[in-house]
Amino acid sequence: MTTTIDPPERRETAADKLRQGRHAISERWHHAPRWVRWVLLVAVIAFFYALPNKEFYQYLGPIPTPGANFTQVMFTVSIYVLLAVGLNIVVGFAGLLDLGYFGFFAVGAYTVAVLTSPSSDIKTLWPWLLVVPIAIGLTMVSGVMLGTPTLRLRGDYLALVTLGFAEMIRIAAVSSEFLKGQRGFNQIPHPPGQYADGRPWFGVLDARPYYWLVLTLIILVVIGVRNLTHSRVGRAWISIREDEDAAQLMGVPTFKFKLWAFASGAAIAGLAGALFAGKQNFVNSQNFELLNSIIILAAVIFGGSGNIVGAIVGGGLVAYMIERFRGIELFGIELYEYRFLFFGLVLVVMMIFRPQGLIPNRRRAAEFKDRRKEVIVGE
Amino acid sequence: MSDTEQNPKVPVQAAAPAVEAVGKREPLLEVDHVTLRFGGVVALNDVDFTLYKGEILGLIGPNGAGKTTCFNAMTGIYQPTEGQIRFLGQKISGKKRHQITRMGMARTFQNIRLFPEMTALENVQVGADAHHKTSVISALLRLPRHWKEEREGREKAERLLEFVGIRNRMHEFARNLSYGEQRRLEIARALATDPKLLCLDEPAAGFNPAEKEELLQLIRQIRDQGVTVLLIEHDMRLVMGVTDRIVVLEFGKKIAEGLPAEVRDNPKVVAAYLGVPDDAA
Repeated sequence: MTTTIDPPERRETAADKLRQGRHAISERWHHAPRWVRWVLLVAVIAFFYALPNKEFYQYLGPIPTPGANFTQVMFTVSIYVLLAVGLNIVVGFAGLLDLGYFGFFAVGAYTVAVLTSPSSDIKTLWPWLLVVPIAIGLTMVSGVMLGTPTLRLRGDYLALVTLGFAEMIRIAAVSSEFLKGQRGFNQIPHPPGQYADGRPWFGVLDARPYYWLVLTLIILVVIGVRNLTHSRVGRAWISIREDEDAAQLMGVPTFKFKLWAFASGAAIAGLAGALFAGKQNFVNSQNFELLNSIIILAAVIFGGSGNIVGAIVGGGLVAYMIERFRGIELFGIELYEYRFLFFGLVLVVMMIFRPQGLIPNRRRAAEFKDRRKEVIVGE
Repeated sequence: MSDTEQNPKVPVQAAAPAVEAVGKREPLLEVDHVTLRFGGVVALNDVDFTLYKGEILGLIGPNGAGKTTCFNAMTGIYQPTEGQIRFLGQKISGKKRHQITRMGMARTFQNIRLFPEMTALENVQVGADAHHKTSVISALLRLPRHWKEEREGREKAERLLEFVGIRNRMHEFARNLSYGEQRRLEIARALATDPKLLCLDEPAAGFNPAEKEELLQLIRQIRDQGVTVLLIEHDMRLVMGVTDRIVVLEFGKKIAEGLPAEVRDNPKVVAAYLGVPDDAA
């Protein structure tokens, strides 16, 4: 090592190694026979179905969370994955910066709460399953209502308006008599179904059935999102992200497709909200802090925006990381108290060394590579 | 897209003199006394000309003459302050941009504006999607319409990439194509929207003479397939070689219109191009 090598170049070599490693993996994946890929995919899915069983995860060393019920943690993680997949449509594909995504989650959860809980003023007491489609529908409507006036705005303005939306929902939840504020709604019914001996599938103590339900829905949602992105719709979204003016002039009805991106993202958040409410049994205004929107956005970017697998990995890792700090003590300090400090640090480090995310889409990867070249050439 | 379905490899005869085409005098685009002001700046001043079906019209003028502004007014980006623009007899002001494209007007950009992180094929497919009707529902559930349009769009895109000569690069990201390939890709993308009128904004900028010659051939082939072409160009030789008629703008005003030979000998045009040293470059 001589002193003449400047820092960016040294970092380049380190980053290069990482990239080559990833590249080799992705090459192998893309050149593997079809059946190998299917087998691997099934193995990964089977792993995640098995994960919340104590008989399985007790052999996984440091992976289970020491300070919290691992199955509960996995449920939270799965909800975040679902949300990240949904937000990825809006941010990653259509390129619309949405800072208030958690607002849609709140709309979904509250719809279920109001229509099913005995503590609700309207006392409809409908079953959970019936209310889920209503919750999804209402979230889509709220997405369209928010999108219609705001999607004519671009970039920064849209971010501000969506931020305001999430706060509006939260403040409405805190202060409106109808939405019960901190007292919240209790006795929200669980999903239906029971075993032969009369015990319900979805009980209070065991979080596994809920996790399995969310995992199954994640798989279905991912198939749906993939169908969309590999079609006219996805091309329209990406073209809008790339150059909105050119897209319009090539015949893409940009406003309509931006609205669809918003509505699809919102629908997924609504589904996640309904699942959350059905599991928690209880919904109040403290569940919907602004921070959650930021965490999901960070998860999407962390994983690699514009890539479905990236969003899944990002959502999963971020939610898991935050929970993992629970119950760890270092020099008498409860690390969980400082979890967001570590989270922030990881993000900063990440944005310096791997701004395209853990598993970027091929496109983003190329873009960042080019930019780095530009920097090195001195522009 | 029946026009481009013929094999693009079939050598096309050199463009016949367009007298015949012009003779029919069927107007496609009418720029009717258009004035465009930005605050106090008059970008276009009472510009008035007509584009007839089947011709190649050159729109020329020194830098800053208002060519691209005129273009943008035609494609619906700017609304004329006075006068109107009619395409196929319909007023285009008030129409959305994508509607204008669907009516049959497509364009390329002076400074290339592709979708850089999409492949060449995907770029052209976006153009082909202009006439597709696959909804979110049919894409989500993979209904027959999705498969049908997906197949058609893909075939059309491949055919057009073949036509402009970059089919072998179709899986490359647009950002990774060479400059000349990007210009060709823009033309293919515009053609994919099935235009009746193709507006090319300085398509030869930065080309060497051999590439310009190829481009001339390409433009003629496009016209011979029934697409009317409006060409904005700086290079007088290129314009003279390919256009049927020429409109000359200077300082936002039309100063001449006519056959290439007439325009070339018009003293006003000579003055505009050569007389003022600042503009000559």
